[in-house]
Amino acid sequence: MPEVVMPRLSDTMEEGILSRWLKKEGDAVRQGDVIGEIDTDKATMELESFDDGILEKLLVQEGTTVAIGQPLAVIGNGTGSPGPASTGDGTATATAAAAAPDGTAPEMMTAPAPDPAVPAPLPSKTVAASDHAQPDAGSQRLLSSPLARREAARHGLNPATIIGTGPGGRIVRADVEAAIAAAEAAPSRPERQAQQTGPGAQAEQPPSSAPESVEVPLTRMRKVTARRLTESAAVPHFYLTVVVGVDALFRFRREVNERFADQGLKVSVTDLLVRACAVTLRSYPQVNSSWGEDSIFAHRRINIGVAVALDDGLIVPVVTDADARSLDQTAAETRSLAEKARAGTLKLKELSGGTFTISNLGMFGIDNFTAVINPPEAAILAVGAATKEPFLQDGELRSRSIMKITMTSDHRVLDGATSAAFLRDLKRTLEEPLRMVL
Amino acid sequence: MTSDPMTNHPMHVEGAATPVVTYRQALNDALRAELTRDKNVILLGEEIGIFEGSYKITAGLLTEFGPERVRDTPIAEEGFVGAAIGAAMLGMRPVVEIMTLNFSLIAIDQIVNHAAKIYGMFGGQTPVPMVIRMPGGGGQQLAATHSQNLEVWFAHIPGLKVVAPATPADAKALLLAAIRDNDPVIFLENLSLYNTKGEVPEGDLPAEIGRAAVAREGTDLTVITYSRATTVALQVARQLAEEGISIEVVDLRSLRPLDRETVCASVRKTSRAVVLEDDWLSYGVGAEISATLMEGAFDYLDAPVRRVAAAEVPLPYAKPLELAALPDANDLIKVIRELLDATRFTRQQQNR
Repeated sequence: MPEVVMPRLSDTMEEGILSRWLKKEGDAVRQGDVIGEIDTDKATMELESFDDGILEKLLVQEGTTVAIGQPLAVIGNGTGSPGPASTGDGTATATAAAAAPDGTAPEMMTAPAPDPAVPAPLPSKTVAASDHAQPDAGSQRLLSSPLARREAARHGLNPATIIGTGPGGRIVRADVEAAIAAAEAAPSRPERQAQQTGPGAQAEQPPSSAPESVEVPLTRMRKVTARRLTESAAVPHFYLTVVVGVDALFRFRREVNERFADQGLKVSVTDLLVRACAVTLRSYPQVNSSWGEDSIFAHRRINIGVAVALDDGLIVPVVTDADARSLDQTAAETRSLAEKARAGTLKLKELSGGTFTISNLGMFGIDNFTAVINPPEAAILAVGAATKEPFLQDGELRSRSIMKITMTSDHRVLDGATSAAFLRDLKRTLEEPLRMVL
Repeated sequence: MTSDPMTNHPMHVEGAATPVVTYRQALNDALRAELTRDKNVILLGEEIGIFEGSYKITAGLLTEFGPERVRDTPIAEEGFVGAAIGAAMLGMRPVVEIMTLNFSLIAIDQIVNHAAKIYGMFGGQTPVPMVIRMPGGGGQQLAATHSQNLEVWFAHIPGLKVVAPATPADAKALLLAAIRDNDPVIFLENLSLYNTKGEVPEGDLPAEIGRAAVAREGTDLTVITYSRATTVALQVARQLAEEGISIEVVDLRSLRPLDRETVCASVRKTSRAVVLEDDWLSYGVGAEISATLMEGAFDYLDAPVRRVAAAEVPLPYAKPLELAALPDANDLIKVIRELLDATRFTRQQQNR
């Protein structure tokens, strides 16, 4: 008798909430029927039946959190008697799938910890491959050497604030020492003013009955954001900023919007940025890549995530194949994604597979900022507000509009020169908008 | 002459030129000295008398001490090891030569179930003060059955002591100590060390069994090793010193008892450890050292302990394959560099 189990709906998912049953016990179901809805860490997803039969038993109530692979319902022939395919099967399969492969025992002729820069080792010697932090999608724990932990504790540093540059992002002693040096170099925080005593001293404020802090429970989105961006703390970041003249870009946008107003086309600055990035990324496969611990994945598709702020968090829907979409298609897609994001109806596929992200805080009047990489992507672009600035042209003082864009790069994937060349070309595309028509 | 308290190595004394001799000669000298010093010391083994030993360690001793003290035995390892055990129980101090470590397998029951157990099982009525000398190791094109490093077979057994000297000085000092020790001592020689030369202090200076030596001091990384591999580690340490990398080499000298204190103290200083061993990786000396460091230096490790060992195959006869299977300086250097990279080593650290 087939069981319906909690499916793995995203690579970061560990459990889901069965939020709603759409069928009730006794209903006939066919393969592909949607029988319920599942809230994952990213979106609400449909729970499909993979079998034909009668929905004999709903094993969990609405609102229950269920781990991947655990049974949700039983589909049978309507008699309620257990069929030959006993309930054990589904669980066993799930367990087997969840068993983590563990390659710690070095086999004969095991290659040591691979370093792409080092030539392949002689296959004949036995060298224990030990220094190879295994990426573990499940746990995401902070990696640090015992010595680094000890040194961090000795100096009162929180390891979570230290960027690890060892294998797999492990924090090693050198990282702790760098953090200590950085902390010493930074200006010390203003000391809290010593309380005055004596006749002139202010009366101590009466203790308020209201607590000083209010505990706000974490939403799923906040949890995911926190976890993902903490992962990002292990990424060695570097930042490059360029000033882009945007008068031409704004003219182009105005012209397009006026010319095609009758077709309901409305192109935003973000749409132009998506288009410009997509076009430029074609020439920079290194930027359109991900860090994969043992290797780097250069992605064939250019999928651009656009950070959307919501009342209760942050979400990054993805414009897939952004380089293959015309400007009007891009505009339609970003608008649709943003609406769905606000309505909370984004599908998982609309949230995954990003290869590059744009975060635009220009509408808040932010001049420029640095964005935190959305792992495992290699780069993110932070876009500031357009402002006027004076500049010299042919010896005359003129005014122009500029925008500062800052690219954050994962230094494991990208080197400064590559990112700089990408930014240079992106700037050119934005300053000469006809380039993005191609 | 005194010992350097740091290294437990005999110190060079000003004015007195220390003779340079081979590892082979150092062993021969030690045997002669003990035969002279104590009439209870006897030698037993195949072809050690008239033929003066397959590797000439007993050269001249039959002539000097006579067939009562230097006895050629039949080709019967179980028999002559058993005879030596009996002699030791009755007050002799037999020094047995097994032609190669590989032949000790025929005598393993005598060694493990008798020599190692008698003192404990019979309430301490009689110790078994004997030495079993035997050369092991590969690299001589003697093929798989004659090229083994089976040290952990013996180092695993309570009741035995197991020493594996790397230098002529230690060969002598440890052999003197082994013969005087009241426990059965497995004395591991290595074929490729017999012709190596080194300073050997004159005089009666037995080593302390169970003490490792810091064969070279360093600050950046510790290589823990023993026997032949020590010479490889020292060569690598000298080479890397030219690049400003300071390697400390700990020569275990004794595999049982194991000087865990010296090993852990070194790694607590350097934070990085590589074990270089001639035996096979799985369940080898490196595994024991690695576990020792987990227990004794965990909070000081900046990266996992690395191990460099022989390929896990029966050692090939063909020279290129044999060389490929044995750990060498390049293998050690590669792993050292990987470990330094993994801990973001920079030269400045050495000035700390």
